Amino acid sequence: MEYGPAPESDSVAIEFLEKHKRSFNLFINGKWKKPASGKYFDSLSPGNKKKLAKISEANAKDVDDAVAAAKKALPKWIEIGPHARAKYLYALARQVQKHARLFAVLEAMDNGKPIRETRDIDIPLVARHFYHHAGWAQLRDKEMPAYKEVGVVGQIIPWNFPLLMLSWKIAPAIAMGNTVILKPAEFTSLTALLFAEICQKIGLPDGVINVVTGHGTTGAALVNHKDVNKIAFTGSTEVGKIIRRATAGTGKKISLELGGKSPFIVFEDADLDSVVEGIVDAIWFNQGQVCCAGSRLLVQESVADKLYKKIRARMEKLRIGNSLDKCIDIGAVVAPVQLKVIEDLVQQGVDEGSTLWQPSWKCPTDGYYYPPTMFTDVSPSSTIAQVEIFGPVLVAMSFRTHKEAVKLANNTRYGLASSIWTENINLALDIAPQIKAGTVWVNCTNVFDAAAGFGGYRESGFGREGGKEGLYEYLKPRVDEQFSSSPIGAAVKKGKAVAKKSNTPTIDRTTKMYYGGKQARPDGGYSEVVKNPAGESIGEVSIGNRKDIRNAVEAAHKGNKWGSMTGHSRAQVLFYLAENLMIRRDEFAGRISQMTGRSKADALKEVDTSIDRIYTYAAHADKYDGHVHHTPMRAVTLAMPESIGVIAVACPDEYPLLGFISTVIPLITMGNNVVVIPSESAPFSATDFYQILDTSDVPAGTVNIITGNKEELTQVLTKHDDVDGIWYFGTKAGSKDVEFLSADNLKRTWVNYGKYRNWMNDEEGEGADFLRHATQIKNIWVPYGA
Amino acid sequence: MAKVKSKAKSNGVHKKVATHIKRNDGIPFDANLFEGININRSAVERRAATIGKRRSVKKQWQAAWLLKAITLIDLTTLAGDDTPSNVNRLCAKAKAPVRQDLLEAMGVQGLNITTGAVCVYHNHIANAKAALGDSKLPIAAVSTGFPAGNIPLKEKLKQIELSVAAGATEIDIVVSRELVLRSKWKELYNEVAACRKACGDAHMKTILATGEIPTYTKVAKASIVSMMAGSDFIKTSTGKEPVNATIPVSLVMIRTIREYEEHTGYKVGFKPAGGIRTAKDALSWLFLIKEELGDEWLDPQLFRFGASSLLGDIERQLEHYVTGRYSASYRHPMA
Repeated sequence: MEYGPAPESDSVAIEFLEKHKRSFNLFINGKWKKPASGKYFDSLSPGNKKKLAKISEANAKDVDDAVAAAKKALPKWIEIGPHARAKYLYALARQVQKHARLFAVLEAMDNGKPIRETRDIDIPLVARHFYHHAGWAQLRDKEMPAYKEVGVVGQIIPWNFPLLMLSWKIAPAIAMGNTVILKPAEFTSLTALLFAEICQKIGLPDGVINVVTGHGTTGAALVNHKDVNKIAFTGSTEVGKIIRRATAGTGKKISLELGGKSPFIVFEDADLDSVVEGIVDAIWFNQGQVCCAGSRLLVQESVADKLYKKIRARMEKLRIGNSLDKCIDIGAVVAPVQLKVIEDLVQQGVDEGSTLWQPSWKCPTDGYYYPPTMFTDVSPSSTIAQVEIFGPVLVAMSFRTHKEAVKLANNTRYGLASSIWTENINLALDIAPQIKAGTVWVNCTNVFDAAAGFGGYRESGFGREGGKEGLYEYLKPRVDEQFSSSPIGAAVKKGKAVAKKSNTPTIDRTTKMYYGGKQARPDGGYSEVVKNPAGESIGEVSIGNRKDIRNAVEAAHKGNKWGSMTGHSRAQVLFYLAENLMIRRDEFAGRISQMTGRSKADALKEVDTSIDRIYTYAAHADKYDGHVHHTPMRAVTLAMPESIGVIAVACPDEYPLLGFISTVIPLITMGNNVVVIPSESAPFSATDFYQILDTSDVPAGTVNIITGNKEELTQVLTKHDDVDGIWYFGTKAGSKDVEFLSADNLKRTWVNYGKYRNWMNDEEGEGADFLRHATQIKNIWVPYGA
Repeated sequence: MAKVKSKAKSNGVHKKVATHIKRNDGIPFDANLFEGININRSAVERRAATIGKRRSVKKQWQAAWLLKAITLIDLTTLAGDDTPSNVNRLCAKAKAPVRQDLLEAMGVQGLNITTGAVCVYHNHIANAKAALGDSKLPIAAVSTGFPAGNIPLKEKLKQIELSVAAGATEIDIVVSRELVLRSKWKELYNEVAACRKACGDAHMKTILATGEIPTYTKVAKASIVSMMAGSDFIKTSTGKEPVNATIPVSLVMIRTIREYEEHTGYKVGFKPAGGIRTAKDALSWLFLIKEELGDEWLDPQLFRFGASSLLGDIERQLEHYVTGRYSASYRHPMA
């Protein structure tokens, strides 16, 4: 019973290519424009190595033109308003649907992936993305009145899901009122160019979407362009880090969706035959060239051999071949360079002693094909268990206990996705929150939808695409525009020391560091005098160094009680904090006056606002909850805001108490532990706060405070790989340093670029934006059915 | 057109009795074989949904597959108003399922293509036997209080014996749903084993009536128990339940067949029945069997369609293959 060939016709796609004489220009300002360089490069079909078309190489001049076009188009695009934008998005969705097969065929030819996938998965998801975001365009000002568009957005997409990634980028961007310059991957530009044609056809205003094709240099020109307000990138972690560094301090918003080595966890009570199909979808979908591919199989030891046997049997039945054959499971790898990467890593796996298994059949030789591959006898220390292979290669390991499964799953720098297989909902919902990954699929894998956010933890990047959570990547708070270029509420120079002179000496007080719920002497053994604005000494503060930071970070990780408390319990502690601060209201106000020279009345206002602010976050503690997304399948898709982990905070220098409260409290409200560098010039409000923390049942390790040189300590924290995020409120230069140095482990950063909030103003000093930066959204997909 | 012949031959459409398959004699009741079964409905449905999308057969391959499908049909009439005249027509159609000119156009006229069997009520066995003459086409009879099965076991066994005596070589029994719903697995085992004994040399297809079983997990358990008790085939439905054969439920059942073979070495057959009406559907089932169980199962000894109108659609598709024109049902002799 042979299947025989079942070819999908390529005639309409060929017609499209011929209409363009197999040569494509750049799409800038609604017109097709020859590249300034006059250079073109070839786009090949990886399934048969045949040339499909010539693609333009855009240089800096072209990028400049495209950015200028987007910038010019912006005011009008904003002015036409949500409903008009919604109509354009709707038209794009309809057009994608009407030309679905052409898109599917062209994509399969250009990328090498099976027509089944482009026809049944990629293109329907593209249409869905535009429909869904047509809705968000309509609702923008009603649902998110406090936000506005970011402006001109540069978007760089990969070659693995060319049109799908285009839709993930363009739909939310233009729905939120931004204009776009998109750079497709050099291997796969064709569907983006067909899409550009559709933009012309529906009469999308010129310049709203521009497509510049080319290589890395084209992308770099876009990233570095001064008029680009945001970069959205999907691609390798390596390039993601380059983009983080390149945009550091510029104020450009960035979102990065990077690599992964996603765990696929199988418990012994799982439906193993279904697990096998899950693995097919996880790692033999799109030739394994999927950032969230379930490439690390972790299986409970009791069923490991049984499962491996089933997987091998299934692999034998997979069919590989030309992308336009409707009867294949696996197509061609995108390009020789990627094939080489896969071959080399597989060889390394063999060299390191893991056991390789491939089916008995041979791959076709006329394209860039690689057979489905499974490695057993793999340990976490194997290279193939750590490195993203981006090919059809599964590495399998076993675990003994649930705890060990979680540990193995999280034993990676990445954190994009994960999959959990068990028929026990208690177990699934216990494990899901423990996995450090932006997406958790329970008993399914590689399912996507416009209504669900997608994005990484750790070095898999930051930002979300899809869902309401994804919209914020293309929005900025309106309040940001009213920030001041100099600090508000700074110390008053002419003020006098408030502390009255007394004839009897007071007890000499030394403020120490505070971490792990205890005060600790500084490692270096140095202290320095703190003076008030009048130049009078008001006390001594310990000078923290890198070892103090190390200790504080360790203490923060050890203190795992706070994060596991319920929102209700955290709220109780926060209310208690406010209560205890209230009792010492006068004393804290006196301290503020002493340090800043501001009037007592003014200082009392700061204390009262701090108490009010703690109340605000205590109120949020059990109310800032997630969503159940309307994904179009029989599933509950939970979008849960989770704490990020250990966050460093460099407090604003101004408002010694309120600045501390306004930054630390939202972070801990959401369950993070913090390492705080308080105001350098006025540190005593924070050090006085130790006692409040101690008496308010805040568990040890939740708040850790290191005093000393702000910029120096910030650097140490930013370079610390076990710090998951950092909030920095300081200078423009300091902001740049934080963003630049954070690239190494891709910390979540929130900096002020030398713009200053009025912390006394609720609109600027508190709110949902703080909570959003204090959390990351995890989407947990739970399909159901008896 | 001649291309079809070699494909059809290699698909084994001409073989009346293929390679001998060792009959499932059953094994002693062993709850360990099914107690740990957990079937995830959503995951099963996902796999089922892609079966017909991941595979496709075109041109001469498709024609050869459709000819193969014909040889796997239990051409069925199970109606209250069955009389000798329509049963006779059914048998005539079973012997000559495709128009001669089409067979000739495809060059397969010499391959003696027939359906797998005819399937009738007990009262029409004799009738069918006479109508089929010396064609050697098997006669399957539904039995054991079909379709509800709500009669005493003694009566069920009696029915089987009578049908076998009347000339049925295949007996399609229905299980007592009550035993499945109440998880009385040992009792179910005993019932099916007793039926199997009553069948003697006649092959037994055990109908689970999956449309009345609430979960896939129970479908899988009932499948295993039925195989342990010596079923030659397990079959989805009577055709009389509100939901009959579906791809997902078939996937669940054939995975248990695979599991049972791994455990015992016995190959058990599978018969989806009810609601299979189009050539496209039939191909999906064949893909499913090929992918999950292998080519060996694409044989009348291990796979049958329980269908009445499916053949008509296959004929029309074959005519389309031959002529390139879409066909009409009245152009094909009715059953």
